[in-house]
Amino acid sequence: MRLFAIFFGAMIVNNILLMRFLGLCSFFGISNKLENAVSMTWAVTFVMAMASLVTWGLYHFLLLPLGLVFLRTAFFILVIAALVQLVEMYMKKNAPGLYRALGIYLPLITTNCAILAVAFLNIDYGYSLLESLVYTVGVSGGYGVAIVLFASLRERVDKAPVPEAFKGYPIAFILAGLLSLAFMGFAGMFGIQL
Amino acid sequence: MKSSDWKDFTNGIVRENPIFRLLIGLCPALAVSTSAVDALGMGLATTFVLAASNGVISLLRTLIPPDLRIPIFIVVVSTFVTAADYLMLAFFPAIHRSLGVFVPLIVVNCIVLGRAEAFAYRNEVRASLLDGLGMGLGFSLALGLLGALREVFGAGTLFGLAVMPASYPPLLLLVLPPGAFLLIGLLIAGLNRFTRRAP
Repeated sequence: MRLFAIFFGAMIVNNILLMRFLGLCSFFGISNKLENAVSMTWAVTFVMAMASLVTWGLYHFLLLPLGLVFLRTAFFILVIAALVQLVEMYMKKNAPGLYRALGIYLPLITTNCAILAVAFLNIDYGYSLLESLVYTVGVSGGYGVAIVLFASLRERVDKAPVPEAFKGYPIAFILAGLLSLAFMGFAGMFGIQL
Repeated sequence: MKSSDWKDFTNGIVRENPIFRLLIGLCPALAVSTSAVDALGMGLATTFVLAASNGVISLLRTLIPPDLRIPIFIVVVSTFVTAADYLMLAFFPAIHRSLGVFVPLIVVNCIVLGRAEAFAYRNEVRASLLDGLGMGLGFSLALGLLGALREVFGAGTLFGLAVMPASYPPLLLLVLPPGAFLLIGLLIAGLNRFTRRAP
């Protein structure tokens, strides 16, 4: 039940994009086409899961015993940057199809704050390795749900007669606000608070 | 003060305001702007990191090999982020607590790395420091504006003091996450209305 609460809380109630405001650059940047949104979700899921595993291990087996906790910001971001590079090289060689599909989204992920935030939150919430993994999968699922919904909405809005001043980003923000409002309805479900 | 200095300094405040013009650094802008105090705390921490890392990177720019520049930028930036994190924890523990994970996340704020790459790596120290300060100030002002508006209309207070008449019912929506999206959308639309020429 605790694992389910972590999963559901991460995916819906505290949705990383709509409730926590993390990873917004990609949310607004990539979501003008549905297929891009889907590719980005896969890339994020993949990198986030790997980053969570590696940073959790590093923190508990290296930084904590050595008393180097204050280095975690520098450590985590470098590890994530290196990880993205490695994944990119590996995929280029062994999975060219997937590599082409993810294309430019992979390197962009280094600066996706959602990845680093999840690495920090796993530590701050005191999650075990299993709980961290469940949390990470929940978060990336929530990322996918939000960005796919949002991209579909934006494709419709592109064809709508929007007032001149609202064209582009402003209407996208209003849309995100309405979507976020809808997600507020899940607050308190199964006793999970915002 | 030379006129070019003034230009470097004000560039980030008005013409290339990171939030309202370039739309970067949105995550912290929306997340921590629920009150004016939090918003300004975040703005000042980011300004410190921006100015300090711009200065150091500009100082070292002839020594940094182009192929290795991004990891080196990241190390410099995260050094100052860690410093800001612990300084805040020591002197402003209440703000530090309410900003939470967003303080260490300054390291992935696109503004910081963006200015390092686009400005500090190509310009001298003085100009880079001014650019960092100006960008940081522009970011702080945008955050302060969002935070003040959300606090005044969403909670009826400003910096924790009641400013609205007691009969004013707080518009709770504004301090909740959807309010942040709606408010920034309306603000940018308003800005477009007054600055964009009719076609």
